[in-house]
Amino acid sequence: MTQEEIIAARRAESWRDELRRSKKAKERMDLVRVKMNELDGEYRSHNNEEVNLGLTKEQAMLEAQRCLDCANPTCMTGCPVSINIPTFIKYIEKGDILAAARTLKETSALPAVCGRVCPQEKQCEKHCIYTQKMKKEAVAIGYLERFAADYERESGNISVPDIDTKNGIKVAVIGSGPAGLSFAGDMAKRGFDVTVFEALHEIGGVLKYGIPEFRLPNKIVDVEIDSLRKMGVAFITNCIVGKTISYDDLHADGFKGIFVASGAGLPNFMNIPGENLVGVMSSNEYLTRVNLMDAANPESDTPVLIGKKVAVIGGGNTAMDSVRTARRLGAERAMIVYRRSEEEMPARLEEVKHAKEEGVEFLTLHNPIEYLGNEQGRVKQMRLQKMELGEPDASGRRSPIPIEGAIDTIDVDEVIVSVGVSPNPLIPRAFGGLEVTRKGTIVVSEDSMRSALADVYAGGDIVRGGATVILAMGDGRKAAAAMAENLLKE
Amino acid sequence: MNKIVKKEHFSANVVKLVVEAPLIARARKAGHFVIVKVGEKGERIPLTIAGADVQKGTIDLVIQGVGASSKKICALNEGDYITDLVGPLGQAMHIEKVGTVVCAGGGVGVAPLLPIVEAFHKAGNRVIVVLAARTKDLVILEEQMKANSDEVIVMTDDGSYGNKGLVTNGVESVINREKVDLCVTIGPAIMMKFVAALTKKYNVPTLASLNTIMVDGTGMCGACRITVGGQTKFVCVDGPEFDAHQVDFDEMLMRLGAYKELEK
Repeated sequence: MTQEEIIAARRAESWRDELRRSKKAKERMDLVRVKMNELDGEYRSHNNEEVNLGLTKEQAMLEAQRCLDCANPTCMTGCPVSINIPTFIKYIEKGDILAAARTLKETSALPAVCGRVCPQEKQCEKHCIYTQKMKKEAVAIGYLERFAADYERESGNISVPDIDTKNGIKVAVIGSGPAGLSFAGDMAKRGFDVTVFEALHEIGGVLKYGIPEFRLPNKIVDVEIDSLRKMGVAFITNCIVGKTISYDDLHADGFKGIFVASGAGLPNFMNIPGENLVGVMSSNEYLTRVNLMDAANPESDTPVLIGKKVAVIGGGNTAMDSVRTARRLGAERAMIVYRRSEEEMPARLEEVKHAKEEGVEFLTLHNPIEYLGNEQGRVKQMRLQKMELGEPDASGRRSPIPIEGAIDTIDVDEVIVSVGVSPNPLIPRAFGGLEVTRKGTIVVSEDSMRSALADVYAGGDIVRGGATVILAMGDGRKAAAAMAENLLKE
Repeated sequence: MNKIVKKEHFSANVVKLVVEAPLIARARKAGHFVIVKVGEKGERIPLTIAGADVQKGTIDLVIQGVGASSKKICALNEGDYITDLVGPLGQAMHIEKVGTVVCAGGGVGVAPLLPIVEAFHKAGNRVIVVLAARTKDLVILEEQMKANSDEVIVMTDDGSYGNKGLVTNGVESVINREKVDLCVTIGPAIMMKFVAALTKKYNVPTLASLNTIMVDGTGMCGACRITVGGQTKFVCVDGPEFDAHQVDFDEMLMRLGAYKELEK
């Protein structure tokens, strides 16, 4: 069956048909979108508790009524992993939450994660009929996804997806972030023998070292990883493919296919004077110390510099994660410094809103040009060039132009540079024969994610150079479908 | 988890651990390092590999107990396990036949210098080793160096053993008596800074193998960044070996002190 036929068949099931008819579309449309329950901004800015509390079952079932169960569900076109959105939402409306959770797991290896970190307003919810046709707020698809995944986990009835008969074919995954986990889940479902190699001492990649506890608790990630273990996926930590073991070693060990999901390794810096002063660091370093190494916990051996006046450079989600972390670690002034205006910020709307509620200052249309240090070499001030917006640039956003002579100097004792990342060069250097772009990303065919090496596929930030969790997961899914087809054909 | 199969005391606060790590033993080359973490809440710290036995599947690590984390590693005993060990990391040292090579090591930097001495010697170079320490008891690996080089010159600050003087005095004496084609130096940053300044004066190409603060060791965090020839480089993926004449050692020294206050 094609995707369209599956969607139609499930929509035609009698319970669903009845449910749809049980309420008039007009009544559904008159309902107001649910608000996420969240901790108070002031309270949460001093601790690491998860900000969003999730929906209650009553809230979720009511919100699910808003979904019109469209015959042509445009929302699904916005989902990189093609979750059958109307099906899972209608299960929630019906009150069968566990069935909703199972629906999510058909195509997503990490529903509780996606429900928390996906930029739904740019994906499924952007394509919801409410947004598209009615100029109303979209169905809260992301909140509902999170609700179903959390409900299942808390119920203790965690389902393990059906696994095809084992085919005995070994495949290797390099990196245990979202792309790698998504790929691993899909290949395990197809009966492959999957081993994931991780360079760090923890499984989860950016979900562990990057995204903070208050946005994505580690225990949520661990439960999803556990599900993959139950599906038979093996994980090997502290093993760097290309260093500890080679491409040839993988062949010698009988691996028939390799999926490279090694992520965006190198943090970008701006190459401005004073950037190597003590107290200036990448968001990767800052977040890794705090999240992966638990450096703010007195029991941890890893130190982290604590700033009272912290500037975070950049306007993406990682910048928001960094500035909100700084606030929680005691920064009296936690500032976002961004060279464009708020409108151009790539961060999710919710992250910007949350940051503001937590007392983060936004210095938009400011760009750092120099850092100044004290006698010990610790940063004490930064010089900021004021900007204004000009014509749209290649990214379609209005480009920032310096206002001549308008330079501010402000006091800071810590600066977190969060201006993007470049792909990790380890794999491109170690695998001879890969085609690599000037930026260092691996070139793959867009429909199969297959690289210039026939048995090597790649996805996530090593291909995209810095994107989102869900796009990485979509790549993993696509690569799994293509690799499975090829390997089973042989 | 990697088992410690042997522990040896080199001096009061310097130990050698022989650790089971068959894959790393097989893959490592002179100049590579590993990241070590002891305990669930342990810190990830880089250590240059001082040697390996492929047959036995072990690597040698030489550690000087200076900070909290290195002292924790030094306190481990035979039969204990290192919680996390990953590698080999970094670029291997570039080894070729160049003629006469002076290898200058100070303090615990002498340990990672050993595989480099071995490799240059095997490649057919005349290798002269300058070993420097504060005092006689802190001179390590002299016998192993002798076995793998043409000459070993020992320098002690207090003159209690070998010649009295600093590592730079030893290196300068060699440069003054014969043509030196390459100098390799590993040791405290301040020592490497002075070796580099000396060899620059004599136009002797010099490589320094740097040990900076790191977290992941794979290029992800940038904690290890230094300036080389005016450009920012990451020691973990671009190094650890660099043209010593291009390294901004003052900046490196400043960055090494980033957590000094927190360590107290």
